[in-house]
Amino acid sequence: MSVITFDHATLHIGGRSVLSDVSFAIEAGEFIGLLGPNGSGKTTLMRAILGLLPPSGGRIEVFGRLPERGNPAIGYFPQLRTVLPDLRVRGRDFIASSLNGERWGLPSLSRKERVAVEATLESVGARDLATRPLSEMSGGERQRLLLAQALIGNPKLLLLDEPLISLDSRNQEIAIDVVRTVCRERKITVLFSAHELNQLLGTLDRVLYLGNRQAVLGTVDEVVKAPVLSRLFGADIQVVRADGHIFVMSRGRDVERVDHMHDHDHGHGHDHGRSHHHH
Amino acid sequence: MIMVTATIMAAAITITDMFAYEFMTNAFSAAGIVAVVSGLVGYFLVMRGQTFAGHALSHIGFAGATGAGLIGIAPLWGLLAFTLAAGIAMGALGERISNRDVAIGVILALALGFGLLFLHYYTSFATQATALLFGNVLAVDHSMIATLAVLGAITLAALAAIMRPLIFSSLQPELAEAKGVPLRFISTAFLAIVALAVSECAQIVGVLLVFTLMVGPPAAAQRVTTGLWSGLVAAAVFALAESWLGLTMAFYTDWPVSFCIAVLSAFVYFACLALSRMEPAHPVPAL
Repeated sequence: MSVITFDHATLHIGGRSVLSDVSFAIEAGEFIGLLGPNGSGKTTLMRAILGLLPPSGGRIEVFGRLPERGNPAIGYFPQLRTVLPDLRVRGRDFIASSLNGERWGLPSLSRKERVAVEATLESVGARDLATRPLSEMSGGERQRLLLAQALIGNPKLLLLDEPLISLDSRNQEIAIDVVRTVCRERKITVLFSAHELNQLLGTLDRVLYLGNRQAVLGTVDEVVKAPVLSRLFGADIQVVRADGHIFVMSRGRDVERVDHMHDHDHGHGHDHGRSHHHH
Repeated sequence: MIMVTATIMAAAITITDMFAYEFMTNAFSAAGIVAVVSGLVGYFLVMRGQTFAGHALSHIGFAGATGAGLIGIAPLWGLLAFTLAAGIAMGALGERISNRDVAIGVILALALGFGLLFLHYYTSFATQATALLFGNVLAVDHSMIATLAVLGAITLAALAAIMRPLIFSSLQPELAEAKGVPLRFISTAFLAIVALAVSECAQIVGVLLVFTLMVGPPAAAQRVTTGLWSGLVAAAVFALAESWLGLTMAFYTDWPVSFCIAVLSAFVYFACLALSRMEPAHPVPAL
């Protein structure tokens, strides 16, 4: 049985169609790299899988059922937001807040839940973050904390939205390595969105490339080639392979790199979270 | 040793002196209730980075309080009505609006302007302006204490009811939304709770100084502890200690109570800030 199925699905945000008549199926245990230019709908696709955005056409199924909010089988790593400089909450409480956080009343954790928090911190090597406040953590440490949180409750599907953003290349490799190890071990299906293909080349099973309101799922060799990407980017794309790396070029410029730099300035296309202002 | 004992005894005698006055015992009761409520509600205001919204609510409340005076009802009810309406409106308009500094700034200036207009037309009420702006805890009577106790109980009960999803959606809005937390409702309910707390707080330290009890103590608490429960307890204890010490200080110096509380609040905050800076910096591992 497929873990995620899109069957002629169309997704709209505020009257604008982000994905149109898209079909693909992701199988259990696959590590899928989710790629595509800014605004191509990577976050939107994840929100649809989470049940936050019903398709305006077609059908989406997750574990053979319609997506529903709060599905405990899905671990979610939202795109990293800026953390308030005064957020003095320690790592352990940060993670604990997500456990049954939707229930009313006072926060309290059962012994089992407390054990689960420590275990998930341990599994990504983040035990030292338990007592440190978020405001004192580096970008990489916060990333690790969010990963620990996404893995809590033994999800079968992990949605990671740009987990590599704002990490240096060494920390990016470490992050990919942690995700790969944990997910292979627990046979978790992973949807990992990223700007750059090359770092994921040794890890991913297939690529889901978005662009021009379309989506193409396949192996790197099937998807990352000039005719397919030209269609997705709506531009003349060349794919250059050199020394085990793949460069996606448009008129001699590396599309992914340009995109990546652009993202640091503006963040992601559609803002659904809240923005923090510092006083 | 004898000297120390004598000093303590002398202090004990003068403290009994202080409580010989009914207005002082009233002030201690009222300030105690309000300090605990302010410290606890303020903890979440600081956590959510919405302290400016709390400030704005108190200014809007000023117009309500003077308006109430104009039509002949107690200022507290006007304060409550205006802050609650404004809090719910800010929540309903969404966080994008309530976090927008310029919009809040313009609206609170407008509210202060209206407050002034209402005062202008109710001239015999003008002496009350100072009390509204800077508080008048020494004038609190028994019925006010009862009112504050009931309002405080309602405020804390409401806070307890939404505390769990409030923390979740403050720390991780995207994830909370994915798990089915009604973000808009939580943020609206929270601002309504803040409105209640602001109205109570303004009775003690006035609308201009609500920061001293609602922001100073929780912000100081978050410097000295990173735990949730310890932080809440510390925020309440700081607020309580500052208001009671402030009252004592005012009794012996004859300085205004709100000034004393403001000084203590600032002192505790900066002391805690310095304390947390002095701790040995954590080694920063590679990831």
